[in-house]
Amino acid sequence: MTARPRIAVVDYGAGNLVSIDQALTTVGADVTVVRDGEALRGADAVIVPGVGAAAPAMARLDARGLTEPLRAWLAADRPFLGICLGLQLLFDGSDEDGAATLGVVPGRTVRLDDAPTLPHIGWNQVERRRPHALFDGIADGADFYFVHSYVGAPDAGAADLVLATTDHGGAFTSAVARGSLLGVQFHPERSGRDGLRLLANFVDLVRAA
Amino acid sequence: MLRRRVIACLDVADGRVVKGTRFVDLVDEGDPPELAERYADEGADELVFLDITAAPERRGTLLDIVERTARRAFIPLTVGGGVRSVSEMRDVLRAGADKVAINTAAVADPTLINRCAGRFGRQAVVVAIDARSVAPGAWEVVVKGGRQATGLDAVAWARRAADLGAGELLVTSIDRDGTGSGFDTDLLRAITSGVRVPVIASGGAAGPDDFVAAVRDGGADAVLAASIFHRRIHAIADVKAAMAAAGLPVRLVPAAVA
Repeated sequence: MTARPRIAVVDYGAGNLVSIDQALTTVGADVTVVRDGEALRGADAVIVPGVGAAAPAMARLDARGLTEPLRAWLAADRPFLGICLGLQLLFDGSDEDGAATLGVVPGRTVRLDDAPTLPHIGWNQVERRRPHALFDGIADGADFYFVHSYVGAPDAGAADLVLATTDHGGAFTSAVARGSLLGVQFHPERSGRDGLRLLANFVDLVRAA
Repeated sequence: MLRRRVIACLDVADGRVVKGTRFVDLVDEGDPPELAERYADEGADELVFLDITAAPERRGTLLDIVERTARRAFIPLTVGGGVRSVSEMRDVLRAGADKVAINTAAVADPTLINRCAGRFGRQAVVVAIDARSVAPGAWEVVVKGGRQATGLDAVAWARRAADLGAGELLVTSIDRDGTGSGFDTDLLRAITSGVRVPVIASGGAAGPDDFVAAVRDGGADAVLAASIFHRRIHAIADVKAAMAAAGLPVRLVPAAVA
C-alpha cells in the first residue's frame, strides 16, 4: 500500500467538494475527483459525499455510469466511506422521494419526524454503540456537524452494523460499519479537529486494507 | 444533544473583511480566510460571509476567498450577498460554501427559494431577513442592505420562506445592527414560535449575556456576531462559557493541539 492512499471522491453534482478534498489531502491522502465509473479503477478507497435528495442523486449517478461500478465496489467489500447523502444512498430506498437507492444496507431513509427543529443543522453528539478504529482518539459523545432532514434507518436485522447514534427528538443512526463499508451521517470535513481525526483514521484503515 | 451555535460573521467587500454601522461607514478589518481560520481555532461553530458590495463584476473575488476559506477552516461556511439565481448559488457552493443566504432576490421572486431548494436541498438554502420595527410587536422586511422598505410583515415572510423551502432563517434586526444594544428578542420570539426551521439571531450583540438572551428569550438556535469578535471585545470562548453557565448546550471549544 502506498504511503498516500488514492481516494476517489465521487462527484455527482451534490454540493461542495472543496472541503472534503482539502480535508483528505490534509490527513495524507491523494484525492481524485471522479465523474464516471471508469475512474474508480486504480483507487484504494471510494468516498461518496453529498447533501440533498436521493432521486436526483441516483439519477446523476446513473447518468454518469457510476451506479453499477459503485455496487461492484461495495459487493467486493473494498474500502468505502459514505458521508451524509452518501450514507443514505446505501440503503434500499428513500421515503423522501420514493427513490430506489443502492440497496447494500437493509433499511430505508426516513424523515426525522420527531425532531424539534428540522432540518437538523448544527453540532451534535455522536455516541458510540461499539468500538471501531474509525473513532480512534475521539472522545465518546464528541460533537460533529450535521445538516440533513432524513436519516438511514437500518432494519431490525441489520442493527449490528450501527456504530454510533445521535439524538435529535429521538436517537438515530449516525455511523455504520460492516467490513470495509463505513458511513457517517455527519460531515467530518466540516467538524474541526475531531472530523480531521476521523478522516485520518479512515485513511489509516485504507492503508491497512 | 444539538448544540446552540455561535457563528462568526465576516462582512466582506472587495475581498476584504469590513465593518460599518448599519451597513455604512466601512472600515477594512483584514483578510477573510485568515480571520476565518482564527475563528475556527477559537471555537466558532460556523462562519458566515456576507458580501456587502455584491457587485456582479467582482463575483470572482468572492469565489476565490470562499475557496481559500474552505481550504483553511474545517467548519461550515455560509455565503450571502447578491445571489440572485440558481446558477449563482451553484457557483458559490462549488467554490466551497455549504449554504447560501438569499435576501433581496428572494423577496423580489420568492420562487427562487423553492428553485434553489429543489436543486441543492433545503439544507443549503438560508433565507436572510432584515427586519425593522414599525410598531410594538410589528416588524417590516427591508432589503438592499436596509435601504429599501418592502411593506412585508417580517413574521409572515419568515413563515412563507420556510414553507417555500428555506432550511434556515438568518434574522437581522436592522434597528439593532451595529449598535451593541442587544438582540431584538421580541422579533426573534415572534419568528421562532411560528417556524420549525432553525433561526439564527443577528444584529445587536454587545456581550455574552446577549447571546444567552437570544436563545433563552428569543428561541434562537444560533447566534451570530461580527464586530465584537473581530475587535476582540469578547472571545468566542467567553460567549460559550456564559451560555453553558446559563444551562444552554454548547460545543466546548477544543484546546489547541500543541
